[in-house]
This record gives sequence, C-alpha cells and structure tokens, in this order.
Amino acid sequence: MIPLSWYLIFAASLFCIGLYGVLVRKNAIAILLGIELMLNSVNINLIAFWRYRDPEGIAGQAFAIIVFAVAAAEVAVGLALIISIYRRRATVVADDINLMKW
Amino acid sequence: MSTELLAWLLPLPPLLVFIFIILFTNRYKAFSHSIAISAALLSWLGSMVIFIRAIQTEHLGANPFTSTINWIPTGDTWLQIGVWIDPLSAATLFFVGWTVLMIFLYSIGYHNFGQPQGDHDQKGLQPHGATVADEHGHKHIVPSIEPMYSRFFAFIGLFAFGMYTLVVSDNLLTLFVGWEIMGLCSYLLIGFWYQKPTARAAMIKAFLTTRVGDVFMLLGIAYLYSSIGSLSYSDIFKPETLQILAETPAIGGILGLSAAGMIGTLLFIGTIGKSAQWPLHVWLPDAMEGPTPVSAMIHAATMVSAGVYMVIRMFPLLSAGSEHGLLTPPMMLMSVIGAFTAIFAATIALAQNDIKRVLAYSTISQLGYMIAALGIGAYVAAAFHLITHAFFKALLFLGSGSVIHGVEHGVLHTGEHVDPQDMFNMGGLRKKMPITFITFLIGGLALSGFPLFTAGFWSKDEILADAFGHGHWVVFIILAFAAFITAFYTMRQITLTFLGESRTESAHHAQETPWTMTLPLIILAVFAIGLGWFGISEEFPVIGGIIPNYVHEFIGSTLEEMPEALPFNIWPLVVSLVVALGGLTLGWLVYRNQKEGAEDPLIVALGPVHTLLKNKYYFDEIYDRIFVRPAYWISDTFTNQILDQGIIDGLLHFIARIASSVGGILRNYFDKPIVNGFGDFVGEGVKKVGRNLKIIQTGRVQQYLIMALVLAFGAMFYFVFTFLQR
Repeated sequence: MIPLSWYLIFAASLFCIGLYGVLVRKNAIAILLGIELMLNSVNINLIAFWRYRDPEGIAGQAFAIIVFAVAAAEVAVGLALIISIYRRRATVVADDINLMKW
Repeated sequence: MSTELLAWLLPLPPLLVFIFIILFTNRYKAFSHSIAISAALLSWLGSMVIFIRAIQTEHLGANPFTSTINWIPTGDTWLQIGVWIDPLSAATLFFVGWTVLMIFLYSIGYHNFGQPQGDHDQKGLQPHGATVADEHGHKHIVPSIEPMYSRFFAFIGLFAFGMYTLVVSDNLLTLFVGWEIMGLCSYLLIGFWYQKPTARAAMIKAFLTTRVGDVFMLLGIAYLYSSIGSLSYSDIFKPETLQILAETPAIGGILGLSAAGMIGTLLFIGTIGKSAQWPLHVWLPDAMEGPTPVSAMIHAATMVSAGVYMVIRMFPLLSAGSEHGLLTPPMMLMSVIGAFTAIFAATIALAQNDIKRVLAYSTISQLGYMIAALGIGAYVAAAFHLITHAFFKALLFLGSGSVIHGVEHGVLHTGEHVDPQDMFNMGGLRKKMPITFITFLIGGLALSGFPLFTAGFWSKDEILADAFGHGHWVVFIILAFAAFITAFYTMRQITLTFLGESRTESAHHAQETPWTMTLPLIILAVFAIGLGWFGISEEFPVIGGIIPNYVHEFIGSTLEEMPEALPFNIWPLVVSLVVALGGLTLGWLVYRNQKEGAEDPLIVALGPVHTLLKNKYYFDEIYDRIFVRPAYWISDTFTNQILDQGIIDGLLHFIARIASSVGGILRNYFDKPIVNGFGDFVGEGVKKVGRNLKIIQTGRVQQYLIMALVLAFGAMFYFVFTFLQR
C-alpha cells in the first residue's frame, strides 16, 4: 500500500502548482483554475488522512463533500463576475481590473 | 329709601356708567351718552332728595345723616368709612348735582352729536369738520362729531363719581380718594385731544402741580391720623379733640405751630394745589387745552370747588385755638394767599385775549376770594360764594364754549384762518347768538357782582362785609380792588365778544348753538340770578328780610357755634356798588369802539406792565428755570449719567468684564488645548494612519494574495519559533 506521505507530497505539490498559477497568471479564468487546484489538493489531504487515520469515521468524507460544494459555488460566482467584467471592459486580465485601488 | 342709603348710592351711577361705556358701549355713541345722562340724572335726583330732606331737618348740623361701615382692620379696631350729610355737604350736593347734570347735557351738543363723521378726523385731535352737499349740490363744511365721543362720557362719569364720593364721605381718607380720582380724570380730560403737544404738556403740568399739593395734604392726613387715630369728621370735630390738637405743639415745634396748625397748614397746601392758588396756580390756565365742558367741570362744578370744600369742611380744625377773633396761623396763611391770589390772578386776566383763559384766571381769582374769606373766618360767606360761583362760573364756561362753537361754525363756513377763541376776532355776537349772549351776560354780571339782582353780588358783598366788619382792612382793600378789576375784565370780555360789530367774517357767520347747549345755559342762568336771594342779609335796607337769610341759617348750622350774623354796615355795600358798577362802566367805555385789527387800548394805558401781565408775571418761565430745568438737569446728570450710566451700568460692565475674562481663560487654557486637542488628535491621527496605509490598497488581487501569503508565512514562522523555544 502506498504510504500516506506520498499522498501528502502529491497534495502539497498540487497546492504549490495551484498557488503558482494563482500568483503568476494574468488571466482571471486561469487564476480561478489555480484556486480549484488548491481546493482539490486540500480534498486529497482530507481523504488521505481519513483513509489512513480514521477509516471508521465519516468526518473526512463529509468535509471533502462540503469543499466540493463550496468550490462549485465559488466557480459559479467567480465565472459570473468574470463574464460581467468582460462584458463591461472587454478584458479578463486581473491586473487591469483594479477598480478597488485607493 | 333712607337718606343714609341714598347718600351711599349717590356716587354709584356715574361709576357704573364709566365701567359700562369703557367695557361695552364704546362704539355706540347715542347709547353711551344716554346712559351717561341717565346716571347724571339719577345722581342729581338723589342729591335733590338729600338736599330737600336736609333743609327740612332741624338741627342737622348737630345730628347729621351719617352711617359707617368697617373697612380696614387696624389691629383691634377698624378704619371706618361712611357717609356724612350735614348742611355743608347737602348744599354742596345741590350745586354739584345741578352743574354736573348741565355739563353732561351740554357735552352732547358741544361734541356735535348728530353731525356727520369728519373727513379727516383722527382720534386724539379736535374734529375738523365734514363736507356735506345740500340738495342743490353745493358743498358746505359743517362741524363734525368728536371721534372719541363715548370715551368722553366715560371720563366725565368717573369725574362725577370722584366728586360725589368726596362730598358724601364722612372721613378724610375717602375724601382724599375722591380727590385723587378727580386728579386722574383732570389729567385724562385735559389731555383728551392727546395728539396736540400743548394738550399733552398741559395734562402733565396739571397732574404734577396738583400732585405737589396732594403730597402735603397726605402728610397732613397722616399726621392727623397719628395724632388722634381717626380720620372721621365725627372724631376730628369733637371739641375735646380740637382742644387737644390746638394745645399740643407740632412735631419739631416748627414756627411755634400747634398740631392743629401744622395739620391745617398741610391740608391747606393740598387746597392750594387743587384750587390753583398762588404759587401752584400755573396748571389751571393751561388746563384750557381740554374740551370746554371739561373746563366747566374742573373750574366750576367739581375739582377746584373740591379744594375749597375741603378747607371749609376742615374749618373747625383750621380755626382750632383761635380766641377772641384772633386768626390762627393756618387762617393767617389762607387770608394772605387767598387775597394775594385774588388780586394777582385778576390782574393777569386783564391782559388775556383768549376767552377761556380770561375765565380761567377769573376762577383762580374767585377761589382766592373764598380762601381769603375763610381765612378771616367768614365761614358762611365762603361757602355761599363757593355755591354761587359754581353756578355762574359753570354758566360762563359753558357760555364761552357756546361762543367758541358758534365762531368755529363761522370759521368752517368761511374757511378763514382765525383763532376762534380770541376775543379780538369776535364782536357783534349778540345778534347771532342771542341766548348765549343773554345767559353769558347774566353770568358775567354775577361774576362782577352787579348789584341787587345777581347771586355773585350777594355772596361777594357778604365776604367784603365780613372783612370790613371784623376789621381786616388789608384783606378788605385788596378784595375790593380785585372786585373792581374783575368787573372791568368781565365787561371787557362781554364787550369784545358780544357788543359792537363783527371784527371777522367768521364772527359774522357765527350761529346759535343747538338746544342741548343752550338749555343748560338757561337753567344755570336762573341759578346765577336767583340763588343770591336766599342769602340776603336780614338787615339789608328795604329788601332785607323779605326772604329770610336761609343760606346763613342753613350752612351756619354746620358749625358747633352758629356764626353770628353781622350787623349791617353801609360802607362795604357802598364800596362793592362802586367797584362793580365802576368796573363795568369803565370796561364798556374802553372797549365799546374796538375796531378790527386795532390793538388793545390797555397796551397803551399800561405800557410795560401789560407785557408783564400778558406773560402772567413770567411765572411759567420762572418755574421752568427754577424747577423744570433743574429737574431735567438733575435727572440727566445724576440719575442718567452718574447713577444709571455710571454706577449701575458700571457694575454691570464690571461683572460682564470679569465673566468675559474668566471665559477667555477657560477657552484658551482648557477648551482649546485639551478638549479640542484631544478631538483633533483622534481625527487627525486616524486620517494620517489611513493616508499612510492606503498605498497597500493597490486594487490588484494577486498583490493582496502575496501579502496574505507573506503574513501567513510570518505567522507560521512566529508560531514555529515560539513552539521550538518552549
């Protein structure tokens, strides 16, 4: 059986990839994708810990499902915002969307 | 109704009318005068009933009609007020009732009732006439109705109330109340046309001048009350009380006066003010600014008579301590002031051209007669002259009002600009105003003492006879000379006004006045003649004794000891005949041919003296220098500048300055640095922090994320380090 640490390493790598994507990509949709990666790496952690540490409980699975739901909702809201901004300003570049500047 | 109750109710109707008109009927002119006349009629009726009952009662002087009630509690006792009808007050009620009623009636015509509203009449000014068109379309200016018609009746109602109260009261306090009510009313009525500056000045002058006398009178009343503890006549006139008062020296022993002398002098000063004796005479001529019925009211029926009435009433007190015909100090003072005033005012009247002013000075002069008469102890003669004078002077004043009214009519008709009161603008009015002429002539003859058939002759003759009989030569000579001047200026007045030819167009177009004005004149004229017949000395040759000397018997019985009737002496009679007839003849001779625009023959005859008389011996100017201007100066310098502006304002400014500097300190050292400083520090600090922090608000999502990461790493390192150091 694959040891737990592999899963954790994998999840950490996935998180770092997602974080990198969020921090360096200009495209807002890509940033959103990066966020999805980070959320899913967390899910992998949750499932891995549940499977190796507490297979009788259901807390790990329940958390993973809640994270799915949150991610789905987040994508829905995020994409809607991006579409709305695109219609208004014809761009999806995150750096151009600086309306909140002082 | 009992006489006492009647006396209580007597003053009431005019008072009710005053209240009623003021509160309710001010707008309804006809109704107002109707109730005023009804009230005067009621009071007149009451007076007549009282008078008739009084003359039918034997020994009324010793047992007057009187009743008292408790008024003000004074510890264990009460201050009592009440009514007191003895022969003197009954006789006074007789003339007050008649003259008041006549004056009320006369006022209707005088204020042009029934005439249209004036074109430009204003409240507080004399009516100026109204334009009316007749059936042919011609426009005429006719007299217009007084704008404050109802108000006038309210005021004279209050005035009548004051006089009735004064006459029926049984004590000095309610007498003084009535006295002061009249003072107030004279003020209101002299200034009735209050938009005229001269009327305003006159009203203030009258009020202040009489007030000087009133203060002394009040002092006298207070002294009397503190001496005997009562103000009722019944207590004052007890022989024991009078004797005690006469024997007690006055407070401070001034001039060796007794208490009675001191009180009498103080009370007499009240009369000097009220009855316009020298040196407080100055208000009376100026009081002519009021409407003429008011002049009649003040100068004949009520106010000035009240002054003389009071001293006649107080005669037992004034004469207390007199022995063997010697005069007491107050009587001495009265005879000096009275005689001096009689001659003094008579000479001024010589040089006056205003028809009412001549009468005003003659009033002062005649009041001087009464005071002088009382001063030499001629009690009955003084009261007799008071009564006859009230009638003929009311008649003369109302007559002069009628003349002025007639001439004013001419002035309105012709549109001339002449003074309708100046006698030199009149002349020939006998043909235009026959009733006024006859009645005025009767009044004038009574005033000058035309022998035998006028009332004035008998009363004046009695005063002269008394002065002669008791050997007061100086008084006798002065009064006789004053009588001569009186006859002269009276004839001057009659001649200038009624005889000869009209000197102006206005006089030519003068018209007889309506019946409401002439009827009172006729009635008063009857008294001006007939009243004297009841006071003829019984020893008078030929006609003496046909009618008994009722006046002497009736009024004389007021006193404890009935004054003795004087033995008849031919000399005072001769003197009074000579001065009356001589004065009248001389007056007629001098003025019968007075031409239009010609100057007064007296100016040539008297020279500079005429100027002195014309200016009333400069008393107004002297008083202005001595009293009025110093009063202004004192009030300006001391009251205004030193006291008000200096001390009071200074104190206020001082307090204000202290408060302001304390406030300044608090502001500069507490409010500004501490309170404001803290507030500003909070606000500015927040602002500064915000300004410095705003640079991290770049608006770029990824930078925020980096910052969050950096902080998260920082936090993580911190926790890891602290964990490791544990």
